[in-house]
Amino acid sequence: MSEYRLEMRDVVKTFPGVKALDHAQLKLKPGTVHALMGENGAGKSTLMKCMFGIYKMDEGQIFYEGEPVTIKDPLDALNRGIAMVHQELQPIPERSVAENIFVGRYPLKKLLGFYPIIDHKKMYEDTARLLEEVRMPFDPKAKLGSLSVSQMQLVEIAKAVSANCKVLILDEPTSSLTENEVEALFRIVEDLKAKGVSIVYISHKMDEILRISDEVTIMRDGQYIGTWEAKDLTNDMIITKMVGRELTNLYPPRENVPGEVVFEVKDFTSINPKSFRDVSFQLRRGEILGVGGLVGAQRTELMEGLFGIRAHSKGHIYYKGEELKINRPRDAIKRGLAMLTEDRRATGIMGVLSIADNVAISSLDKYVDAGIVLNNRKIEKLVADNVAKLSIKTPSSKTRIQSLSGGNQQKVLISRWLANDPDVFILDEPTRGIDVGAKYEIYCIIADLAKQGKSIIMISSEMGELIGMSDRIMVMCDGKVTGFIDGDKANQENIMELATKFS
Amino acid sequence: MEKTKSRLNAKSVTNFLSNNAITLLILLMVIYVGFNSSNFFTWDNLKNLISNSSTRFIIACGVSGCLITKGTDLSAGRAVGLGACIAATLLQKVDYGSRFFPNLPDVPVIVGLLAAMLICGAFGAINGCVIAFLKVPPFIATLGMQTIVYGICLIYTGADPMGGFKSSYTNLGSGTTLELPNLFYFALVIGLFIWFLYNKTRHGKYMYAIGGNESAASVAGVNVPATLIRIYFLAAMLYGLAGFLTGAKTGGASVQTGYGYELEAIAACTIGGVSTNGGVGRVSGILIGVLVFEILKICLQFLGVDPSYTFIVQGLVIIVAVALDLRKYLAKK
Repeated sequence: MSEYRLEMRDVVKTFPGVKALDHAQLKLKPGTVHALMGENGAGKSTLMKCMFGIYKMDEGQIFYEGEPVTIKDPLDALNRGIAMVHQELQPIPERSVAENIFVGRYPLKKLLGFYPIIDHKKMYEDTARLLEEVRMPFDPKAKLGSLSVSQMQLVEIAKAVSANCKVLILDEPTSSLTENEVEALFRIVEDLKAKGVSIVYISHKMDEILRISDEVTIMRDGQYIGTWEAKDLTNDMIITKMVGRELTNLYPPRENVPGEVVFEVKDFTSINPKSFRDVSFQLRRGEILGVGGLVGAQRTELMEGLFGIRAHSKGHIYYKGEELKINRPRDAIKRGLAMLTEDRRATGIMGVLSIADNVAISSLDKYVDAGIVLNNRKIEKLVADNVAKLSIKTPSSKTRIQSLSGGNQQKVLISRWLANDPDVFILDEPTRGIDVGAKYEIYCIIADLAKQGKSIIMISSEMGELIGMSDRIMVMCDGKVTGFIDGDKANQENIMELATKFS
Repeated sequence: MEKTKSRLNAKSVTNFLSNNAITLLILLMVIYVGFNSSNFFTWDNLKNLISNSSTRFIIACGVSGCLITKGTDLSAGRAVGLGACIAATLLQKVDYGSRFFPNLPDVPVIVGLLAAMLICGAFGAINGCVIAFLKVPPFIATLGMQTIVYGICLIYTGADPMGGFKSSYTNLGSGTTLELPNLFYFALVIGLFIWFLYNKTRHGKYMYAIGGNESAASVAGVNVPATLIRIYFLAAMLYGLAGFLTGAKTGGASVQTGYGYELEAIAACTIGGVSTNGGVGRVSGILIGVLVFEILKICLQFLGVDPSYTFIVQGLVIIVAVALDLRKYLAKK
């Protein structure tokens, strides 16, 4: 019997254009909470997905209770006692809480003594007992979709607990939880630890990590940096190890000077009563307005509302004193707005199309000869200029965008909007899923746009980015704007205070 | 070094083989049949192949736009039938005994053509609107339209087959110009037009963008509804044209004309590399797909295979082609 419950050695995983894991490792002792830390894109989630059998490793080995194992798929992982709560929830909202917990391993009974059917009674009873155990008073028969995002997250955790697991992976479990719910979660974690479960805990919140974990493994750019006892670490030490360079170089110097108000939003309200309500704010020329808040604060929904992707029931948008009527993205684009959406894959890139097509799609009207024929030479020039200007790394302009790394894809999307010469940029998590080096390049592009007098709205869930890049920060909580903080006065505490100001 | 090089070559050869498996199989078949029957490699047989392929190619060009945007058009075949019947009722000989419209004066052929294309086009525009605005999945929307068009065609013709067409009309389908079937020139013009549309116009770029990622296209400012309506409208116009030509070629038309053509067209597109996952497809590929299908039919005929069995072979070819196509996308996670 080895000292470790589970050990991952020399794990390598490559995606087209990115080496997501480069000889990463992890050693889990039984009955401990092991924090896995690193910046977004450091490879934490990828490593966990390899452990859980969602991804196949290119190289490397997993030892489970001393034995070398191959984990084929998530079901295999679950059968071995490895459970995972995903960063992005994967629930079935149309089915009940109980069914979501037991999906794939329903309790069975025999119909007429031989034909196996689902034992609903036992399923609901087991669920009720389980929910009580983890102190979550939901009706097992309630539709999952009727719960809030944080409640769904707790159900996911209950599901993982119900598997009687020996290893539990919690990937950013507290990102959408309220303070009380976080306390409830910590109690569950302590209970499980006492039962000898090994817990991998992924989070960006330093105070949580230092409070709950026994050991900390730090990753950077897919590589293993080291493992330390949590009690030997401080906030600053973790950050320095995560970033791997002096903190002062994280963000480019900004030379933008905010000018007069150019863009104004008044009483903007969603058609959905649970979404954004009565939002008003102003944006200056050459200003970077950061937008902070917890997951579920409706920041994305608000911005998609402004851009015409989602509908609004009331409210006004003014640009240079003139009211804009925006009911679909085309309206917004025509009036000089641009938006990088949060989910690049779902609403940004057109994967099978070339880089050239992805860049030019929004500005084709400018490249038409004789009213109908596209001038491919001019389009090629536009693409070549942007590839050079934003230093997009690609073999050719005909390469499919899906084969580029996240950072380069993001630059292609920025090029798409630059071709339209917009004045207001809405950037929703512009550096999500992008490696550290490319992040800095994106920051430079943003800073440069602001310097040119473009106005920028930037949603970010990374505190450092929010504080480091914004001239002003607007904080939202539960669909409402709870306050504004000047960039130089902002810190983690005053942002969190506004972000958790539920009314 | 030597070793890795040869392995790479072996890999690229297998890739080439599996990417073009169907086409290569058909080529082998052609060679086999060609050397086993004396009248296979003949000018007449080639002309026959060109005539058959021309109308199918025009239909496939229409369906390709729907497929590239992740849609489909199951009403294609019935629309071909409607187009044929409209042209038939208008273009019968004035002195023909059982004229559909006994008192109709002599109608110029071009009027018959335009009527067939525009009336079919109207149904296509309805398809487009239902898909774009009501968000009905294309499979269902066009399935419904398939039945509706068939019903309209039954009512219009009273289910009677029609013949006795003017020679200026039938000549378009059965005559030749410069040794090549007249149908060839129609297919050529349509092929060039579609190539231009797909590669040189905004409409083409928008179409590929919608197929690549509809939400992203919308966020990027593409007018998705308008583009979809144009695609289905244009597709149905081409079915009308194909129906007009089919009537001219066979010298007759009935409600059964064009039955099942939509499936052949979809299959041909897929064999030709129009991806069912959207965003991918070229006119050259569509042409290859149509030829593969028509050559397959002729080969089976020459081999003396019972016509009933040819259906089974065609069905297998469709499934294998799509499976091979998807293999490229399902590659390792």
